[in-house]
Amino acid sequence: MPHADPVMDDRTTDSGAIRPGIDELIAAYADCIDDDRLEEWPDFFTDQCRYLVISRADHAAGLRHGVIYAVSRGMLTDRVMALRKANIFEPHRYRHIIGPTRITRVDGGVAEVRSNFLAARIMHDGGTQLFATGRYLDRVGIAGRPYRFIERIVVLDSHKIDTLLVIPL
Amino acid sequence: MSELGMQSMTWPSNGLSEVPFRLYTDPAQYQLEQEQIFKGPTWNYLCLAAEIANPGDYVATTIGEAEVIVARDTSGSINGFVNRCVHRGNLLCYERRGNVKEISCIYHGWTYDLAGHLTGVAFEHGVKRQGGMPPEFRKNEHNLARLKVAELAGLVFGSFCAVAPELEDYLGPEVTGGIRRVLNRPAHILGRSTQVLPNNWKLYFENVKDNYHASILPLFLTTFRINRLSQPGGITIGASGGNAFSQAKMDYAAEDADYKEAALRADSEFRLQDNSIIESVDEYGDSVSVQILTVFPAMVLQQIRNTIAVRVIRPRGLERSELDWIHLGFDDDDEAMTERRLRQGNLVGAAGFISLEDGCVGGFVQRALRYDDAGSGVVMMGGHDAESQPFRATEAAIRGFWKQYRALMGG
Repeated sequence: MPHADPVMDDRTTDSGAIRPGIDELIAAYADCIDDDRLEEWPDFFTDQCRYLVISRADHAAGLRHGVIYAVSRGMLTDRVMALRKANIFEPHRYRHIIGPTRITRVDGGVAEVRSNFLAARIMHDGGTQLFATGRYLDRVGIAGRPYRFIERIVVLDSHKIDTLLVIPL
Repeated sequence: MSELGMQSMTWPSNGLSEVPFRLYTDPAQYQLEQEQIFKGPTWNYLCLAAEIANPGDYVATTIGEAEVIVARDTSGSINGFVNRCVHRGNLLCYERRGNVKEISCIYHGWTYDLAGHLTGVAFEHGVKRQGGMPPEFRKNEHNLARLKVAELAGLVFGSFCAVAPELEDYLGPEVTGGIRRVLNRPAHILGRSTQVLPNNWKLYFENVKDNYHASILPLFLTTFRINRLSQPGGITIGASGGNAFSQAKMDYAAEDADYKEAALRADSEFRLQDNSIIESVDEYGDSVSVQILTVFPAMVLQQIRNTIAVRVIRPRGLERSELDWIHLGFDDDDEAMTERRLRQGNLVGAAGFISLEDGCVGGFVQRALRYDDAGSGVVMMGGHDAESQPFRATEAAIRGFWKQYRALMGG
C-alpha cells in the first residue's frame, strides 16, 4: 500500500505497545480542556515544548507565525493565568471530538502521531456552533510515563476564527 | 431603522463628539457607505508589493464588499481592476492569489491581459461565419473598469475613484511618514489569519482609534504588572481626519533592568512565567514602542514593540466584519529577531493577550444597539475637535474618523 506520510520505522518501538499511552494522553488532554480544568493543561507538555495554532494554508506554506505560539511550558501557564485573571470574554466551553490517532513514526523516545478534531463552542447562553476543525500533529515523548507532548501543532482547516480564541484547542 | 431611500443620517449637531447610534444599525446607511466611502475618493489596502513580485502574479481581494484584482503585468507595472467580467458579470478570479499569463473568464472564455484590457472573445466572429458579435463591437471599448493604484513603502493601495487625491496627498505628510517609519525596509509575511467580528465595520475601526479604551480594556499588561514605563506619547491626525496614528514611547533599557530585578523578587503570582513574549528591542532607535496607524476607511498598520502587522477591516454585512491580520517580518531579520516577533505575536490577533477583547466588545455594542438605537454616543474625551494632541487620554482620533466620514457621506 502506498504511504503518503512518513511511515512506521519498524527498527524501533512497536506502535502497539505505545498506543494505549498515546490514546490516553490525547483523550485526557481533550477532557481537561472541555471540563475547564485549564490549570492542568500545561502539564500535558514537557518543560521544553512547542504549542502552535496555525492555519492549514500557513502551515503548508512553511510559515511559522501562529495565532498562538508557545515555546515553553511557562508560556502555556501564562496563557491560562491570562484567561483566568486578565482577559475579558463571554464564558464558553468547547466539546472536542477527536478521530482515531495514527502513529506515523516512532524513533527512540519520540512518537509522531496525528489525529483529526472537531471543536464545538458552547456559549454561556446555550448557543452552540462548530468553532474549529483541524488536525493535531504531535510529537510525543514516550521515554517515561505518563507520556507528554513535546510538540503539538494545531493545524486549523480554516484561517477564519470566529470572534476570538482564548481557550486553547 | 430608517425609512426606505438614501436619505442622509441626521446628526444631532455639526460637531464631531456626538455620534448617532443608528449609524451602526441602518441597512441603507451601510449600502451608502459602500458607494460613497469604499467606492468613493478613498484609498484601500490591496496587498504587499512583495506578494505580486513577478509578472503574472495576482491577488484577488476586496474593497469594502466589492471584488477586485491587483496584478503585475509583463512590464512590471501594478494594475488594479474589478473582478467582474464585462460580458455577464462573472467573477474572473475565484482563487485568492496565483500567477497567470492572462485573465480568463471560465463562463464564456473571454480573456483579458494583466492590465485588464479585453483581448479575446470566444467565437467573436461566429462559427462558420454564422453568429458572432455584430460588426460594431470593439473589444477596446469593453475593458475591465480600472482602479487607481499606488504603492507606498511596499504596500499597494487602490481606489475606485479616478479623481481621488494622490495617495500621499490623501494620507498627508505625517501619516505617510508614519508608514515609512515602520516599513523602512523590505518586508515579508510571517503569517496571516482572519478574525470574524460580529459587528459593523465602523465599530472596529473606531476601536483601533480609541486611545481611551487602550489603557482600560486590555487588562493583561496591568494584571501581570508589566511596567510600561511610558513616556508621554500622543496622537497625530492628518488634515482630513481619518488618517492618523498614536504613539507611545518606552524606555527599553529600563524595562529590561526591571525584568532582571523582578526575577529576583518572590511576588511571582502575577508575573509572567516566560517573559520572552514581551522582551523587545528598540528596532527603530526612537524609543517608540507602540505606533497604531490608521488609513481611512479600513487599514491599520501596527507596531507594538516588535510585532508588525497590517490589519484590514472588511465589511461583510451590516452586523458582520472580517478582520484580516497580516503579520510581517523584515528580510534583514536574523533568527533571533524572527523568534522575537513570533513570540510577541501572542500579544495580538484573535488570540492576542492585549487584543482578543477587541473581537468581542464590538459585538457587545452591536447587540445592545440592535433594537435600541435611538440617541447618540458621546465622544468628548479630549475635547470636541479632531486635532493632533500630545497626550493619549483622548478620543480625538475617533472624532477624526467621523470628520472624514461625514465629509464623504453628507449629514
